[in-house]
Amino acid sequence: MSSVPSGWRGCLLVILAGFVLLFGLPQVVSLYGVVQMTVFVAMAVFALSQGFIWGFGGIMSFGQSAFFGLGGYVYAVSVINMGDSTIPVLLAIAVPAAFAALLGYFMFFGRISDAYVGVITLTVTIILFNVVNSTSGDFYTIGQAALGGFNGMPNVPPLNVPGYPDAAFGPIDTWYFAMGALILVYILLRGILASRFGRVVVAIRENETRVQLLGYDARVYKLLVFTIGGGVAGLGGCIFTNWGAFISPTIFGLASAAQVLIFVLVGGLGTLVGPVLGAFGIEYLISIIGTQQTLNANLVLGAVLVAFVLLVPQGLVPVVWSGIGRLLPRRFAGTGEQTAEAQS
Amino acid sequence: MALTGLLLFNTLTGIATLVLICLGLGIIYGMMKIINLAHGEFVMLGAYVTVFAANAGVNLWVAMLILAPVAVGLIGLVVERCFIRFLYGRIIDTMLASWGLSLAIIGIVTSLFGNTVRGISAPLGSFPIGHYRTSLYGVFIIAVAVLAVVGLYALLRMTRFGLVVRATMGNPRMAAALGVAPPRIYMATFALGAGFAGLAGGVLAPVSGVSPVMGAAFIARAFITVLGGGPAIITGTSIASALFGSIDEFATFLTTPVFGQVALLLAAIIMIRFLPQGITGRVFRRSL
Repeated sequence: MSSVPSGWRGCLLVILAGFVLLFGLPQVVSLYGVVQMTVFVAMAVFALSQGFIWGFGGIMSFGQSAFFGLGGYVYAVSVINMGDSTIPVLLAIAVPAAFAALLGYFMFFGRISDAYVGVITLTVTIILFNVVNSTSGDFYTIGQAALGGFNGMPNVPPLNVPGYPDAAFGPIDTWYFAMGALILVYILLRGILASRFGRVVVAIRENETRVQLLGYDARVYKLLVFTIGGGVAGLGGCIFTNWGAFISPTIFGLASAAQVLIFVLVGGLGTLVGPVLGAFGIEYLISIIGTQQTLNANLVLGAVLVAFVLLVPQGLVPVVWSGIGRLLPRRFAGTGEQTAEAQS
Repeated sequence: MALTGLLLFNTLTGIATLVLICLGLGIIYGMMKIINLAHGEFVMLGAYVTVFAANAGVNLWVAMLILAPVAVGLIGLVVERCFIRFLYGRIIDTMLASWGLSLAIIGIVTSLFGNTVRGISAPLGSFPIGHYRTSLYGVFIIAVAVLAVVGLYALLRMTRFGLVVRATMGNPRMAAALGVAPPRIYMATFALGAGFAGLAGGVLAPVSGVSPVMGAAFIARAFITVLGGGPAIITGTSIASALFGSIDEFATFLTTPVFGQVALLLAAIIMIRFLPQGITGRVFRRSL
C-alpha cells in the first residue's frame, strides 16, 4: 500500500527518535513547551488507534472519538472515586475496549459495508456527546464524581506513583508517562502487525473474500482489531484528561471525530509514523490558529480535509518518502521498497 | 384520551420531521450510494436563508418553501461540480470530503454570522386536543412532509426525468449506452437532495434554534434512518422514519429527548445486525 520503510530498520529508527524526544525534550524546552507537547502526544496516541484500525485493519471508524472520550471520562470518574490512579488507568483502557468489542460485534457480525460502519460509529460518538452533554445536575453522579454535563469535569486528580496516592505526578512526570505510553503503543502495534495475526489483518484489508476462502474468519479478526483500537484510543483519552486535569463532552463532538481522521489522512494511511506526525503537525496548526482571530479552526480543518482527500489521498509521509527515494541512489531506495513489501 | 391524542400528534410530528430531514440524504444515498456528511450543514444553510429572508421582510412561507430549497439546491450544485464529482466510486473518500465541507461550512457561517442562536417565532398559533393545546405549526410540518414524499414519488414515477433517474440508479452503464449522461443525472440528483435539505431547514427553522452547529442535532438520526431504510429511497425512508420516529418519541415521552436518541440508536444497531441491508433490503425490495 505504501512505500514507507516499515521493516525493523525503520521501526528501530522511529523508536530511537521517540526515546530522544522522551528524554531530550524536557532538557531543551521550557515547561510550557513540555506541557504543550504532552497534549500533542495524547492526540498522537489517539491518531495511532485510528491509523491502526483504518490503515491496516481497513475498518472505517468515523467515531473513534467515542473511545477516546470514554477513556477520558472513565479515568476521571474512577480516579475521583478511588484516589489511586493505577486501576483507573487500566479501566480507561479496558472499558473503551469492551465497548468497542460490543459495538464491533453488531457491526462486523452483521457484515455491514464500510460506509455503514462509518455512519454507525459516527452516530455513536454524536449520541454520546448529546448524552454526556445532558448530564448536568446532582442526579448524574457516579460515586463521588459529578459528570457536570456541558461544563465537563474540572479538577480531575493527576496520575500518581502506583500505590502512593499522595505522590502525584507533576507536568514533567506526566510528559514521561505520555511519551512512554506513545512509544509502548507504537511498539505494541508494530509487534501485532509483524505477527501472524497482523498479517491476516492486513490480508483482510487487501481482499476480504480471498482471506475468508482461505479459512480465516474475517469478522473475528476485524472485531479484535477494532477492540485493540478502542483500548488504545481510551489510553489516549486518559492522557488527554491528565494533561488538563479536565474533560468535557466536546471530546465526543464532531470536530474531535474529524480531527483524528485528518491526523491519519495528512500523515499517511497505512503507516504508523504518519498518524503520529500528522497529529503533531495538525495540533500545532490548531494551536497557531487559536492565537489569531481571522481564520476559524473549523474552516481550516475542513479545508485541509477536502484538500488532502482530493489532492494527496495517500498522505504526506508516503509522498515525502517516495520523493526521498527518487533522490537517493538506487540501492537505498530499493532497500526501502523491499522492506515495505516484506512487512506492509 | 387527550393525552393519548397529544402523544399521537407529537409522534406524527416527530415522524414528519424525520422524513423531511432524511429525504434529501436518502435521495443522494439511494442514487449514488454516497453518504453526504455535509447534509446537516445543508439543513443549517436552509434555516439561515429562511431566517435572513424573513427578517429582510420576505413573506415567511415564500422564504421557507421556495427561497431556502432553491438557494441550498444551488449551493449543492456548486459543491457537486467543485468537489464531489471527482470522487464518484470512492465511497469513503466522498464521505471524508463531504465531512471536510461540513466543517468548512460551519467555519464560514460562524465567521460570517457569529456563533449565536437566531430564531423566528413559529406562525399559526395553536389548537386544542382535549384540554391540552398544541402548536398548529406541527400540522403544517406533517403536511409538508406528506407533500414532499408524494411529490418526490410523482417526480420519480411519472416524469421523463424520473424515468431517466431511476434507469441511471439501476444501471448507469446501460443508461449511458442509451444516451443518458450519468454525470449530469448525478449532478441533478445531488442538487435535488441538497434542495430537500434546504426545505427541511426552512420548515424547521421556526421550531429549532438556528446556529452554525445546528446540523449536528439532526444528522445522527438522519444517517441512521436512511441506512435503516435501505436502498429504496421513498419507501425505505418513510418506513424507517415511522419506526425510528415512534421509538424516539415514545422514549422521549418516558424519559428525556436525549434518551429518545439513545433508544433510536440502540434499535438501529440491533436492527442492522439482522437486516444489514436495511428494511427495504429484505422487504418491499421492488418499491421505490
